[in-house]
Amino acid sequence: MSDHGHAAPTGFWRKYIFSVDHKVIGIQYLITSFLFLLVGFSMMLLMRYQLAWPQPGADFDPENLGLVRGFIAWLFGETNMPYGYMDPTFYNQLGAMHGTIMIFLGVVPLGVAAFGNFVLPLQIGAEDMAFPRLNMASYWVYFVGSVVMMSSFLAPGGAAQSGWTSYAPLSVVAPPGQTIWLIAMVLIITSSLLGSINFIVTTLNMRAKGMTLGRLPVFCWVQLVTAVLLLLAFPVLEAGAVLQLLDRVAGTSFYIPKDMIYGDSVFPRAGGGSPLLWQHLFWFLAHPEVYVLLLPAMGIVTEIIATNTRKPIFGYKELVGSFVLIGALSFVVWAHHMFVSGMRTSIANLFVTTTMTISVPSVAVLSCLLLSLRGAQIRFNTPMLFALAFLPMFGIGGLTGLPLGYAPTDLYLHDTYYVIGHFHYVVAPGSLVALLGGTYYWFPKMFGRKMNEGLGKLHFTGTLIGMNLVFFPMFFQGMWGMQRRLADPTLQWHNLPVQGWSTVILAGALITAVAQIPFIFNFFWSIWSGEKAGENPWQATTLEWACPSPPPHGNFVTPPVVHRGPYEYSVPGRKADYWPQSDAA
Amino acid sequence: MSAHAASTNTGLSHAKLGTWAFLASEVMLFGGLISAYVILRSGSGHFFVPPRAMMGVPLATLNTFVLISSSVTMVLAIAAIQAGNVAKLKNYLLCTIGGGAIFLCIKAYEYNHKWHEGITISASLFGSFYYTLTGLHMFHVIGGMGLLGYIYWQASRGHFTAASHDRVECSGLYWHLVDLVWVLLFPILYLL
Repeated sequence: MSDHGHAAPTGFWRKYIFSVDHKVIGIQYLITSFLFLLVGFSMMLLMRYQLAWPQPGADFDPENLGLVRGFIAWLFGETNMPYGYMDPTFYNQLGAMHGTIMIFLGVVPLGVAAFGNFVLPLQIGAEDMAFPRLNMASYWVYFVGSVVMMSSFLAPGGAAQSGWTSYAPLSVVAPPGQTIWLIAMVLIITSSLLGSINFIVTTLNMRAKGMTLGRLPVFCWVQLVTAVLLLLAFPVLEAGAVLQLLDRVAGTSFYIPKDMIYGDSVFPRAGGGSPLLWQHLFWFLAHPEVYVLLLPAMGIVTEIIATNTRKPIFGYKELVGSFVLIGALSFVVWAHHMFVSGMRTSIANLFVTTTMTISVPSVAVLSCLLLSLRGAQIRFNTPMLFALAFLPMFGIGGLTGLPLGYAPTDLYLHDTYYVIGHFHYVVAPGSLVALLGGTYYWFPKMFGRKMNEGLGKLHFTGTLIGMNLVFFPMFFQGMWGMQRRLADPTLQWHNLPVQGWSTVILAGALITAVAQIPFIFNFFWSIWSGEKAGENPWQATTLEWACPSPPPHGNFVTPPVVHRGPYEYSVPGRKADYWPQSDAA
Repeated sequence: MSAHAASTNTGLSHAKLGTWAFLASEVMLFGGLISAYVILRSGSGHFFVPPRAMMGVPLATLNTFVLISSSVTMVLAIAAIQAGNVAKLKNYLLCTIGGGAIFLCIKAYEYNHKWHEGITISASLFGSFYYTLTGLHMFHVIGGMGLLGYIYWQASRGHFTAASHDRVECSGLYWHLVDLVWVLLFPILYLL
C-alpha cells in the first residue's frame, strides 16, 4: 500500500479519537448515533408516560405521588413536570427535540455515516475514503453540532419547541433555544455536506479493478444515491435556516407576514414575508431526507437477504434502477406535506401525481426483495430476522402513506396520529430495524467476533412486538381524529374513546425499551467475548468479506480484483454455494 | 496523496470530482435563496423595490467588471502553470486576489451608502434579500481570496508544476462559480 494517503497511526488519540481511518470513523458514528437514539427514545418514553395519564385521577394525592411519578417530578423540577405531569411547553420541547435527534443525530448518521463509512470503501475494494481528513472533520463537526443541539435545553425558555419542522412564524417568535437549533443545524448540514462529497467521490473514483458500476453491490448504489440527495437537498434547508436565523436576530421578515398579530399587538416588523416560503424550503430538504432515512436501510436488507437466501438477488438491475428513480423523484414530491397549508388545486394535483408515481419504484424494490425469498433455503440468523421483518413493516409504512399522498384524504388525516403511525412505521420498525440487522451483520467485520445469537433473537422479538404495539394503535387514534403535538389530548372530548390505546402504546414503548437491554449487553460483551469470526463468517460474496476481520489499516492485504457480479450464490456446477467477487476461479 | 487522475475510475482526480460536487451544493444553496427572492418579489403584496437611482447601478456595473476581470486573470493563472511558469502563476494569482479586494472595497462603500439612504436589512424585504444574498456572496469572495492566498503560498514553496497543479484548477473552478453567482445577482438585484 505504498500510495496510501496516510501512515498507520500509533498513539491512542490518533488511532481512536482523531482518526482518519474510515473504519474507526464509521464506528465512532455508530456508537454516537446509537447514543442519540437512546436519548431520543428516552424523551419519547417520558412523553408516552405523560400521554398515558395526562390528567391527575380521582386518587391523586399531591403529598404522595408514588415512586415513578415522584421520581419524575423530582428529576425534571417544578417548571417542567409539576407533580410529575408535563408542562405543555416542555412537551413541545421534547417533541421538537425527539424528532430532530432521531432524524439528524440518530438514524441518518447511523445509516449513512456509520455503515456507509465502514462498509462502502470495503465493498468497492478501496483502502480508505477519497478524503480521509475531510472524513474526520465530518465526524467532529457532527459531534460539535450535536453538543450544541443538546445544549439548547439550557437556554432560557428551554430547547427548540416549534416541532422538528420549525414552522414559521412560530419558530421566529420562539425563545432563544430555536436560535441554537438553527446554529446546530448549520453544523450538522456542513458535516453531511463533507460526508456526501466524500461518498460520491469515493464510489465513483476508488473502485477496485474490475468493479464496474454493474458489479457494484446494491448497498454501494444506495449510498451513492443517498449522498447525491444529501448533497443537493441539504443546502436548500441551509438557505431556509439562514433566512430564519436572520428573521430571529436581524429583524428581517422573510417569514413574517404584514401586520402579524402576536399576543395582543402587531409584531413590530416590516412584514410582507411568507410563512409558506419556509415550508417549501424545509420540505424540499425534508422529503428527500425521508429517502435518506430509508435507502441505506433498503441497501442493508438487500445485502442480508442475498447472503442468507444463498441465491442471487431477484432483479439487480431493476433494484438499482428503482433506487435511482426514487432518488430523482424524491425532489418533486415535497409539497404533499403542505396540502392543508393552502395550495391551488392544480398544484395539489401535480404533487398527488408525483407522490403516487414514487410509490411505483418503492413497490418495485419491495417486490424484488420478496421475490428473492422465493424457493430459497433461508438461514434464519439474527440479521436475517431483522431484514425479513423490515419487509412487512416497511410495507405497512409505505401503504399507509398513500391516503396521505392523496389531497382529499390527507385533509382529514393531516396532523393526526395516523401520520405519526405512518412515518414511524417507515423509520422505526422499517429503517431502524434494518439498521439493527446491519449491526448484527457487519459486527463480525468491525470487531472480529460475532454477536450472540440467542440474545440477538431475544432483542429481535422484543423490539418487533414492542414497536408494533406502539405504532399500530396510532392508526386507530389518528383515524378517530386525535391530533398530534398535544400534551393532553383528553382536553378534547372526542379523543376520549381512543385515549385507552395510549396505555397500550406506553406498554409497547416499555417492552421496546426492555428489549434493548440484551442488545446493549450483547454489543459490548461480544466485542471482547463473542465467538471469533474469520474473514467471511456468513460465507458472503462481496468484497468486505475478502479482507481480515477487523480489517487492518489500508484494508486489503493485496489489492482486490473483481471478476463477477456481487451476488453469485449457488452457481450451478460449483461446489461451494457462494462465489466471492474477488475469486479468480 | 493518492489522487493521481490516471488511477481513478472516472479519470478525474478526487479533488476535481469533489470540487464539482461541492459546487453543485453551492448552486443549490444560492438557488434556494434566489428562488426565495424571486417568489417573494413576484408573490408578496408588500415587496417594495427601491428606485434604480438609489441602487447605484454604475458602481455595481464597475464591480461586475472587476469580478469578471478577476476570473480572466484566474484563467490566465491556470494557463501559466500549465505552461510551467510559476512566476507568472503567482502574478496572476495576485491579480485575482487584488480583483477580489477591489470588489470588497466597492461593496463596503455601497453597503455604507445604501444603509444611510434607508435600505437596511430590516426596513424592507428588498433590503433583507439584498444584504443576505450579497452578504453570503461576499463571504464566498473572502473565502475564495483566502483559498487563493493559500495557493499562492503553496506556489511560492514550489508545490505546483506543469504536470501537477490540481489545486490551482480546483480553486479556479470555485472562483468562477463565485463570479457566476454575482453575474446572476447583479441583474436581479440592480437592474430588474
